[in-house]
Amino acid sequence: MFSLNNVRFNNILDIKHLKIPSNKVTCIVGESGSGKSTLLRLLNNLISCDSGEISFNDRPLSTINSVELRRTIVMLPQQPVIFPGTVKDNLLIGLKFAEKPLVDEEKLRQILRMVSLSKELYEDSDKLSGGEKQRLALARVILLDPEVFLLDEPSSALDEETERIIVEMLVAYTKDTNKTLIMVTHSKKVAKDYSDNIIEINQGKVVNYTEDQV
Amino acid sequence: MISVIDLQLWQMIAAYVFVLVLMLITKLKGIPREKEILIASVRMTIQLILTGYILVYLFDAPSPLYTILILMIMEIFSVYNIIKRTKTAISPKLKQIIAFSMIIGTVSCLLFFLLVVIQISPWYDPQYFIPIAGMLIGNSMTGISLGVNRLVDGMQKQKYLVEGALMLGATPRTAAKQIVDDAFDSAILPTINSMVGMGIVFLPGMMTGQILSGISPITAIEYQIAVMLGILGSVTLTVILFVQLGYKTFFNEQQQLKI
Repeated sequence: MFSLNNVRFNNILDIKHLKIPSNKVTCIVGESGSGKSTLLRLLNNLISCDSGEISFNDRPLSTINSVELRRTIVMLPQQPVIFPGTVKDNLLIGLKFAEKPLVDEEKLRQILRMVSLSKELYEDSDKLSGGEKQRLALARVILLDPEVFLLDEPSSALDEETERIIVEMLVAYTKDTNKTLIMVTHSKKVAKDYSDNIIEINQGKVVNYTEDQV
Repeated sequence: MISVIDLQLWQMIAAYVFVLVLMLITKLKGIPREKEILIASVRMTIQLILTGYILVYLFDAPSPLYTILILMIMEIFSVYNIIKRTKTAISPKLKQIIAFSMIIGTVSCLLFFLLVVIQISPWYDPQYFIPIAGMLIGNSMTGISLGVNRLVDGMQKQKYLVEGALMLGATPRTAAKQIVDDAFDSAILPTINSMVGMGIVFLPGMMTGQILSGISPITAIEYQIAVMLGILGSVTLTVILFVQLGYKTFFNEQQQLKI
């Protein structure tokens, strides 16, 4: 899946060798400011490394069309991006951006149930709370049905119970559909309980890599 | 047609009474703007007198070289003015696109207007070429100026939305579409608004000038309609070129947002 060799980005990240396997749940943990989000942005090719090489399925990212790449590997940023409009608008806009066929309202409601968001499709998305916006953005990413999920703290604005439900759903969904989940989390407990692999980053360096936790 | 009243020097000077009255009012009201009013009045007078003499010279001895020279000066000044009026720093690439859009947009509309609509002969006849070039370039300059500010501002303020769209698999074109559309709207709205109010709310300057100089209002209106459509075409073309090329400068070849 992903393979990183001698990757450097500013003074933020310096990774000698790292492999992230496919069809697994990989959690990235570390202090805030350690470079976790930067790593996800590099994997999504939103930024390019200053030196070294990142490959996806043995192809260097620089040789892959970035738009095609981002349709295969969808990223969810830590701060949920909510576009002006209703809940439905926000769900469908992802499919429009990715030029995928639109789905009916029943499918949209089903996705909202998956992320435990009990909101009407025609509700103004601007009126949602921080945690609700986070789940709406997550629902939009699930709807895109990508091969790889890059999720940057998808449950940071949720209470412990909701966080557990969401992470469990994500892990089960990833396993059932044979997808790859790469998730940054602030919670070492979440990483330990649910992931196959844990990458621990400290001051831009991989300090610990644990495989096959489950 | 009625004869034209040729203004005597004392009559022109009498018009400066307006300036004196204005300066007196601002002085009495304690508004510190006398200096600006005086400088603006003097600059306007000197610039117009000089332009008048240059135009007389050019009209007496029409030359393609001089006409092109004047056109180039207008284009350079307008591009300089647009860049100077931008509120934030812009990239060298965006500056090039401003110049490219202004020149291609205005020159193509100008040539179409002069050679196809009015059919002037010779093609460089300064009596038509220069004033019409001035109107097309001036209005396009205002349009692009508004468009530049809105585009740069939009890309900076809505950076998170653009990047959010990229993360969801949008192409840069789709990700920036809303900002590009807003920039286009804000750039052409003044021209559209002035067309809507024209003839009812105000009489446009060119038409007023022609009527004052003794030309039939019908002829003046025919010219005004044609010129207004030419302005609309020129503003629209320059702004479309600018926004469609301009948004691309905010992305690199890896389709990453550069700001």
